[in-house]
Amino acid sequence: MAEPLLELRGLHKAFGALVVTDAVSLTVNPGELHAIIGPNGAGKTTLVHQVSGTLAPDAGQVFFAGQDITALPLARRARLGLARSFQITAVLPGFSVLENVALAVQARAGHSFRFWRPAATEAALNAQAMAALEQVGLASRAAAQAGALSHGEKRQLELAIALAMQPRLLLLDEPLAGAGPEETERLIGILQGLKPHYGMLLVEHDMPAVFALADRISVLVYGQVIASGAPASIRANPAVQAAYLGEDF
Amino acid sequence: MLARLKPHAVPLALFAALALAPLLGFGAGHSLSLLARAIILALSAIGLAVLVGGAGLVSLGHAACMGVGAYAVVMLDAARITDALVVFPVAILAGGLFALLTGAVAIRTSGVNFIMITLAFGQMAFFTAASLSAYGGDDGYTFYGRTSLFGTRLLEDRWFFHYALLLLLLGAWYGGRRLLASRFGRVLRAARENPLRTQALGFSPYPYQLLAYTLAGALGGLAGALLANATEFVAPSFIAWQRSGDLLFMVILGGLGQLHGAILGALAFVLLEEYLAELTPHWRLIFGPLLVLVALYLKGGLLSLPGLLRRG
Ligand SMILES: Nc1ncnc2c1ncn2[C@@H]1O[C@H](COP(=O)(O)OP(=O)(O)OP(=O)(O)O)[C@@H](O)[C@H]1O
Ligand SMILES: [Mg+2]
Repeated sequence: MAEPLLELRGLHKAFGALVVTDAVSLTVNPGELHAIIGPNGAGKTTLVHQVSGTLAPDAGQVFFAGQDITALPLARRARLGLARSFQITAVLPGFSVLENVALAVQARAGHSFRFWRPAATEAALNAQAMAALEQVGLASRAAAQAGALSHGEKRQLELAIALAMQPRLLLLDEPLAGAGPEETERLIGILQGLKPHYGMLLVEHDMPAVFALADRISVLVYGQVIASGAPASIRANPAVQAAYLGEDF
Repeated sequence: MLARLKPHAVPLALFAALALAPLLGFGAGHSLSLLARAIILALSAIGLAVLVGGAGLVSLGHAACMGVGAYAVVMLDAARITDALVVFPVAILAGGLFALLTGAVAIRTSGVNFIMITLAFGQMAFFTAASLSAYGGDDGYTFYGRTSLFGTRLLEDRWFFHYALLLLLLGAWYGGRRLLASRFGRVLRAARENPLRTQALGFSPYPYQLLAYTLAGALGGLAGALLANATEFVAPSFIAWQRSGDLLFMVILGGLGQLHGAILGALAFVLLEEYLAELTPHWRLIFGPLLVLVALYLKGGLLSLPGLLRRG
């Protein structure tokens, strides 16, 4: 079998006495969508932070395409091909929608120590940014200020930014959070379309979406992976059902 | 043509006013000196505006860069070196180097810590200057003449000096605008809006911010050297933290949204200071509350005034 794109080995993280990541080991293969589910406060976002490089684990290692990236800062990991979307949307509110995405294209084009030419009129940046916006169905809003978008549109923009980075792995922290039913429908469609091209680590509370999209699901409770496997086996797992206490999947 | 110029109406009007001022009753010695001071402070404020408005780096030590430039002129003058082709490049490099070294530490912090550290470096420069007894210490240093240009005393010609300053200001304003709109400037602006997002895209903001800080310091060094020439005198008070506060205030008074806000702010500041001082020796009692009112009611600075009046 091919080498996993992402491999977490024995990750451990505690905030004081609160253990939030407890011996977490998992992999994401190229082209695989690995979903992480778990109740509020289970430590999902904290885990994403450790993968993206926002937080350092207390112990354990993160491998990306075989390379140990545990000690690399956020920006270096992004340049290696790790793109993340944020649970709490983090678009640049004062930038236009297009400029938000164009900045991601710009990041991929090497250093940005270019001082004279107005970046906003660089056709090469804008064309690729528009392509990413079209992929998520946000092209018509390119000129709008990002801060003025609806919540669902911001989620789409987050996705477009991640795509414009042309990453190898997408780290998506609740990309559907707060989106209305129609927007959710559309976002699931977009993710479905993206699936074959990227490895994805998806954190999501929307169970129908998770079961529709995931190739593999891991269940995180109090920082521990209590179950991991194909959607069908997770659905049937009694420990998972106990953790979700009667919630219907 | 006219339509293309319209968005630049305010800065163009500002530059036109400054160009015509000597012909319209501001040609006398004292008013020209006043204008020179305003333009030099505007030059320095533009660098600070790139930092504050563009990069979100609120420095409370910008006057120190001017001081370093001014003291470069002093030290060269004491060594009998007064050629502009040496003096100004040295002042620019000195201001830039000071910013590079202090910025390398300061930019590792953010928010209030950044303000405090830039303030601390500024104070260090202030006490260093005060202790330079060879250059007058606390009492300052008086020049016998201005920096020479190609062996001439051209800089002592008030009109020449005025238009040379204006040209430099135009260059700094235009360069600053290009810089902020460029790829480089876009990274600075992004890091101001959301550093985490910017890093998640693959940028390390640090080198970008440090370079911006260094460039602003170099411009400050130039402004300091020009101020030394304008006043033909340099003292540690040039570097006092109040001077840095004044510069910060000019930038905010003018408005952070656009770079010419810094020019507007510097002009307004110098003129207010001058005319209020003529009215009453207790002018600071009027100046202070005025600043508070601006901070409270004019959030976008003077730049936002026309829009505010139009809306009534
Ligand atoms: N910086 C921090 N310092 C201290 N405790 C933290 C910190 N960040 C998170 N926590 C705690 O760690 C636990 C896990 O938080 P985390 O955000 O990872 O959960 P989550 O699974 O993403 O939850 P949700 O489903 O609500 O997004 C929570 O109890 C949270 O309060
Ligand atoms: Mg979370």
